[in-house]
Amino acid sequence: MYLYDDIDRAMLEDRAAEFRAQSQRRLAGEITEEQFKPLRLMNGLYLQLHAYMLRIAIPYGTLNPAQLRKLAHVARTYDRGYGHFTTRTNLQLHWIKLRDAPTILDELAEVGLHAIQTSGNCIRNLTADPHAGAAADEVDDPRIWAEAIRQWSTFHPEFSFLPRKFKIAITGAPTDRAAIRIYDVGLRLKRDADGVLAFEVRVGGGLGRLPHLGPVIHADLPARHLLSYLQAILRVYNLHGRRDNIHKARIKVLVASLGAEEFAREVEEEWNKTDKAAVDLPDTELARIRGMFAPTGFETLPARSAPFDAARAADPRLARFARRNVTPHKVPGYALVAVSLKEPGETPGDATSEQMELVADLAERYSLSEARVTYEQNLLLPHVKLDDVPAIFAALDRAGLATPNIGLVSDIIACPGLDYCALANARSINIAQAIARRFEDPETAERVGELKIKISGCINACGHHHVGHIGILGVDKKGEEFYQLTLGGADGDDAALGQILGPALPSERVSGAVDQIVEAYLAERHDGERFIDTFRRTGLAPFKEAVYADADQAR
Amino acid sequence: MPTLIKHADGRFVAAGDVFARLADDEAPPAAGGVIVSLARFHAEGERLLAEGRPVGVAIASGEEVESLAYDLPRIALVALEFAKFRDGRPYSSARILRERLGYAGEVRAVGDVLLEQAPFMVRCGFDAFVPADGAGAQAWEAAARRYRYVYQGAADGRPPAYAEREAL
Repeated sequence: MYLYDDIDRAMLEDRAAEFRAQSQRRLAGEITEEQFKPLRLMNGLYLQLHAYMLRIAIPYGTLNPAQLRKLAHVARTYDRGYGHFTTRTNLQLHWIKLRDAPTILDELAEVGLHAIQTSGNCIRNLTADPHAGAAADEVDDPRIWAEAIRQWSTFHPEFSFLPRKFKIAITGAPTDRAAIRIYDVGLRLKRDADGVLAFEVRVGGGLGRLPHLGPVIHADLPARHLLSYLQAILRVYNLHGRRDNIHKARIKVLVASLGAEEFAREVEEEWNKTDKAAVDLPDTELARIRGMFAPTGFETLPARSAPFDAARAADPRLARFARRNVTPHKVPGYALVAVSLKEPGETPGDATSEQMELVADLAERYSLSEARVTYEQNLLLPHVKLDDVPAIFAALDRAGLATPNIGLVSDIIACPGLDYCALANARSINIAQAIARRFEDPETAERVGELKIKISGCINACGHHHVGHIGILGVDKKGEEFYQLTLGGADGDDAALGQILGPALPSERVSGAVDQIVEAYLAERHDGERFIDTFRRTGLAPFKEAVYADADQAR
Repeated sequence: MPTLIKHADGRFVAAGDVFARLADDEAPPAAGGVIVSLARFHAEGERLLAEGRPVGVAIASGEEVESLAYDLPRIALVALEFAKFRDGRPYSSARILRERLGYAGEVRAVGDVLLEQAPFMVRCGFDAFVPADGAGAQAWEAAARRYRYVYQGAADGRPPAYAEREAL
């Protein structure tokens, strides 16, 4: 993976020193909270309901063991011994003291981590396919291009005061595992008709108040021109995006109001006037970055592992874990192993310092020193020998990290909600916990099959509820927590926005309603249909009936 | 009187302002430089220039600098107005002036101009600043030089990290 050189390190040191000076001015009373706010936000430090929250960037979700251990150390030393991995593959620490923040940034900088651009109206930390470098269907490793974008967008002088925040997702494979359709810019690597590496560029996706799936504005952008084309997109947005209404300031509103074709034309016009060579990375720099992501350390192995096959034949729990949490790797004899942060009853996406340290140890010993964070709020060991899966399972199992539920009903995405967040209308975590407990029995969960539940505590949609097979949105009804359910959303290649099921439900009804929806699905489904397939065939009706019939009778 | 800071030859120094910013209904002084709005420049620019005085144009956020393209060689300065510090449009305007339109005159940051923006402004090609927070030339210079490296090319000609790496 990418290793910081002296220049990258100097950038982080200079940033940390700058923030230390700014915090000292604030603590000494030389600047007001109002003046300090934009400065701390530029360093990912939010003031939440109970304390400061620090959002640490994990660029394109890739971590080495030293970084993961440092996150564990920071969580233990300066917070309450745990952290929350988010849908943007960042780590949030929710109980930070302002006086510790500069020291935390110094410590993070030691291992090439930071909180730069995890907040504010700038180009945010970008997300990538968590299977990058391991997926059999990959055209090119998206991390190479993600790193190029990371550098280009860091402290960008022109694009640090955009109309609103700006998020980029990138995948290198035809299968979308990075939810690129719900991003301000979604990039997919491909080969064009002549076999040249190119990007399919989507712009103007996003959730929140006005959900949109991003349309394609360039089907075949030559990959070497990525940065100049991004500059053109950002410049059109910076100059023409709305600044009069915070709810209409995202690029999706500009793209929707102009139409994708006209927006694409304006970008093209700007791009044609751009001195591309002054913006695009030279081949030498791309080669330098590419070299750091080159696969090393893989052994030549048979495609099947006899010890692994024997172990899972003997242990049904391992067999289930292998079915749900282990994915084939492009290198024979290797696999990707998902580490579930969704143990029923726990907070989705939370990991304790001890758990982070265990995953760091396993990554070092078994996964070529790499770990990943997924936008579905789990961790991943991307380069594991099949032979080692039983040992990894045993270690994860002891730490509560081996729940065999990836993609199943209890693998719930949830934002921090009203337990922490100043914007939330309702809690998310308790709802996730109640649903997960209902489907705690792994056999039941596996029988139900793929079912993605996503929960947001407010319309800002950090929990991606619009694109959940079942989406749950917290709303405030006269001071009480209610939840609106949507069905039929999806975020991959078949992305769709969910449809509202009916009137919002009080919190104690939500997990029961999910149960009713699942029962209706099991009654309706044809052989081999996933929940989403059944929904697409039947529409809302049977589910509406299942959830609201009793209520109608009572009326 | 707010301070005017000018950037030349790598130094930031306090400077006297020889330009008068005229409201649209304000008569110009008998002599001396004036700064007028874009609308007034389009209406009266020829006459003001004919008087032999230096003329500057103030561009509000949302107005396009391209509309000055043919007049730029005769314009002494372009003042880009930050309605709020969060309004980042003038950064794009400054880069377009410098990198696309080849403007070599003064590009002045006015309005809600704060010390923390110094590095961004300098990189985008601003070379004169009227800080709203009273920041002095020394503080401005320190802020502008805070980072030893930059990752991307911009209007200031600083070599981006990839060029420095090649030179190593």
